[in-house]
Amino acid sequence: MRGNAPGAHPYMANALPETKQAMLAEIGARSIEELFHQIPADHRFRGELKLPAAMRSEAELKRHLLGLLRRNRSCEENLSFLGAGCWQHHVPAIVDEIAGRSEFLTSVWGTSSSDHGRNQAWFEFTSQLAELVRMDFVGLPVYSWGCAAGHALRMASRLNGRREVLVPRATCPERLSVIRNYCEPEQMESHIKVTLVDYQPGNGRLDLADLKRKLGPDIAAVYIEVPGYLGTIESQGAEIARMARAAGAEMIVGVDPISLGVLAAPADYGADIVVGTTQTLGIHMFAGGGLGGFIASRDEDRYAREYPTLNVSITSSVKGEPAFGLSLLHQSSYGLRDKGKDWTGNSTYLWAIASAVYMSALGPAGFREVGELILAQSHFAAKRIASVPGLSVAWPGGFFKEFVVRFDGTGKSVAAINRALAAKGIFGGKDLSAEFPELGQSALYCVTEIHSAEDIERLVGALAEVVRP
Amino acid sequence: MTSNIKLPNYHGARWDEPVVMEMGVPGRRGAVFPAPAPAVAAAVGDAASLVPASMRRQDRPALPEMTEPDVLRHYLHLSQMVLGMMGISLFGTCTMKYNPRLNEWLQMRPELAELHPLQDESTMQGMLEIVHGLDLILRELSGMDQFVFQAAGGADAAYTQTCVTRGYFAARGELEQRNEIITTIQAHPCNPATAATAGFKVITLPLEENGYPSIEALKAALSPRTAALMTNNPDDMGIYNPQIREWVRLVHEAGGLAFYDHANFNGVMSKIRARDLGFDACMFMLHKTFGGAKGGGGPATGAYGCTAALAPFLPGPVVVKDGAGYRLDRNRPQSVGKVREFLGNLQVVLKAYSWCRAMGAEGIAEASDLSVLANNYMDKKLGQIRGLVRSHPKNTAHRMEMTRWGMGPLKEETGVNIFDVQNRMTDFGVDAFWLSHDPWVVPEPFTPEAGELWSKEDIDTWIAVIQRISDEAYSTPELVKNAPHKAAIAKLAPENLDDPAVWATTWRAYQRKRKGKAAA
Repeated sequence: MRGNAPGAHPYMANALPETKQAMLAEIGARSIEELFHQIPADHRFRGELKLPAAMRSEAELKRHLLGLLRRNRSCEENLSFLGAGCWQHHVPAIVDEIAGRSEFLTSVWGTSSSDHGRNQAWFEFTSQLAELVRMDFVGLPVYSWGCAAGHALRMASRLNGRREVLVPRATCPERLSVIRNYCEPEQMESHIKVTLVDYQPGNGRLDLADLKRKLGPDIAAVYIEVPGYLGTIESQGAEIARMARAAGAEMIVGVDPISLGVLAAPADYGADIVVGTTQTLGIHMFAGGGLGGFIASRDEDRYAREYPTLNVSITSSVKGEPAFGLSLLHQSSYGLRDKGKDWTGNSTYLWAIASAVYMSALGPAGFREVGELILAQSHFAAKRIASVPGLSVAWPGGFFKEFVVRFDGTGKSVAAINRALAAKGIFGGKDLSAEFPELGQSALYCVTEIHSAEDIERLVGALAEVVRP
Repeated sequence: MTSNIKLPNYHGARWDEPVVMEMGVPGRRGAVFPAPAPAVAAAVGDAASLVPASMRRQDRPALPEMTEPDVLRHYLHLSQMVLGMMGISLFGTCTMKYNPRLNEWLQMRPELAELHPLQDESTMQGMLEIVHGLDLILRELSGMDQFVFQAAGGADAAYTQTCVTRGYFAARGELEQRNEIITTIQAHPCNPATAATAGFKVITLPLEENGYPSIEALKAALSPRTAALMTNNPDDMGIYNPQIREWVRLVHEAGGLAFYDHANFNGVMSKIRARDLGFDACMFMLHKTFGGAKGGGGPATGAYGCTAALAPFLPGPVVVKDGAGYRLDRNRPQSVGKVREFLGNLQVVLKAYSWCRAMGAEGIAEASDLSVLANNYMDKKLGQIRGLVRSHPKNTAHRMEMTRWGMGPLKEETGVNIFDVQNRMTDFGVDAFWLSHDPWVVPEPFTPEAGELWSKEDIDTWIAVIQRISDEAYSTPELVKNAPHKAAIAKLAPENLDDPAVWATTWRAYQRKRKGKAAA
């Protein structure tokens, strides 16, 4: 007998009246309402919740949600050159297969033995990342690159008791805003001052004269990024690390790990702490929902004791099997609440497993190949774009996958150009004009392994057309 | 109590799977990329030469070299050695519920998976409508005026609260004066921890006999230095603080803000609304209460909602409806900026929106009813098992959607501790229960929560497992102490993983410390 009444809800087994009655009888209560007697009557909401009507049928719900999603225009159906903190890379199918496994998807906490496989996958994430950055201590992931940088700067400040950090002016504004929040506003007693270090207009690299002026006994850490937000590969890492060390500051390097098959490992030019994104290691963009971050360092007591993350260590079972347990849990907020190291909680642990699969699939040769392909294609794109009359590339060499295109010679705004490109099914680079006014009308273009030479030619053709006077 | 229920004859998969760092054969490949096209190569030359000489990678990262199917099989084996809610999981404080697989399927659609956060708003109208739609639903459930989803977890939403608190008082010129945040010992650790990270002094109220702090303790803590109260209600013991309305009034009287950590929303959804109780802001966990999957710890979303008075300080941008369409409001001069890049984990927002649409107001009310019904049903049955004691026994009221229990008597009488019990549970294909956040206010604590997902039969099986383990503790304690016997591996050896000579969070460190090899 169904009539117009919906069937029992597919997510709720005990919704059947006879089940409720049986459970109430066991409790010795007359009604479910009676069970809520802890809540004073005047706390109760007695109105009617005005929510959209329920769709118990998956078929109906799917139609509704697909209808909404189809109003999006994706980077798959368009040709996108957006990067700037979230990047379109190839995700091997086996990564999605593993990240979608129910056991990983719905695991919570478990024990070292019951959820052994997940803990091992976490350890394989930290272990493989450790090889890319050449650091011996890697924590479990944090929310994002910006959050990782914020935590690392706070770690440095706790390590040396200093309260000012140096950060490149050419930092992603999104990331910089996160960092500023982590370092606290100046009204707070524990405020860490964030001072920006300029870049050299000629090549986009850090201005060492400016760094020298700002380095001193109050500086807790010098933070640089490789590649930097504006795409450039910072080639003065060793010198910056030497200067930081001479001033008694920690050297923190932010990296995009997909570059580490072709770019030097940060440990090799003097990093003390390494942070970065995990999104480029096999995670889709999800409109920004694919972000994740990590913190790594040398395996020294002084660093390890400042980690805010959960940390998984290899150990063994009582039978001598390889096993994995949490290390240094007590120093986290779970152990020490407000006395813990910053805070921890849910993060991006499922993505850590996806990234582990990605790193295993690529191996050393895959990382070299993908890095070389990106380098070749991005430089090719830069050259071809610079050949369009009115366009130039700010720093035509020494970048990884992103570069700054200047449009001042066209007399048109980036906003107008991007609108015209969109009409041709192309998402142009991120508009930098407001963030970096000294670069004029400029945009940050991103080219990766997902682009083909034809895609680049299509962009160049479209640009030539839309910038034509 | 005797039980006629047949316990699962579970046995976990055992693959003896090596660590991936030991696998592979030099030269094998799991993913290859094409060489640059001839036109590209001709234009740019050798790719390696495009990197400044000082920055070229000299070594090969010591990653495994495996074929694609070998990588797949390795991680499939690992996935099979994860209990992860494949059996019954009554994991309290986390609201284990069904994660509809439709939503996992939807998340992988290119219209979401391949969306870039900086795309023009006109190309993200569907996603923005979903964000706005969930905002409206959560407003209705809480009475708040605006929600944002930038926080990448519940703790990050607590952090958002501390940032908004700073912004609000800075705008009033009171931030230097108002530098204290009050919380309770039963509030989730993320509340005191984020408050301290944000630079506030933290005052933690202890519990009284009834299971919640006294009004007098709160009054003594309040002062012109009070910036905010951050608290859960009900707490993890299932105790609802009946004085919470008065608490909020007192906090407001002192000039502070009141933040409701709604981690334990499942039992009270549709029954109370944070704003009606006077709160200025609240937080919901979309990866728990609203049907998103936990993923072993994220990606997650802490939905943060607040009143119109606090809304100007929210991290931006904020999705707004504008005529027929949706746009991102970036013109928010008083915003605290970002707590995390971009708009948050929007795929989790999609899952929560979908869950709300599947449930509707009636379904949400029903889920709340069922979760409290199930917990009290469990309470009744657990009370009949030897060695167990309910927290705050003097508070005999029906608890909300979970109850804190303890096995103090069982440990005293048998020597079996709560970790042994956890391990033994997994021998029956049942996930280990949540114990308690620190500090333990009950000896040998555990915190079951059935929610609306688990059927009466599942709960009966779960209870029968606890009954069986209690029986074993009294009859054959060594059986429990040496558990698990049927999981992927045996229990951990008693090594001190806080010892720098022992811990190894990476294979490199392990090679150096344990195998006497220098890392490459």
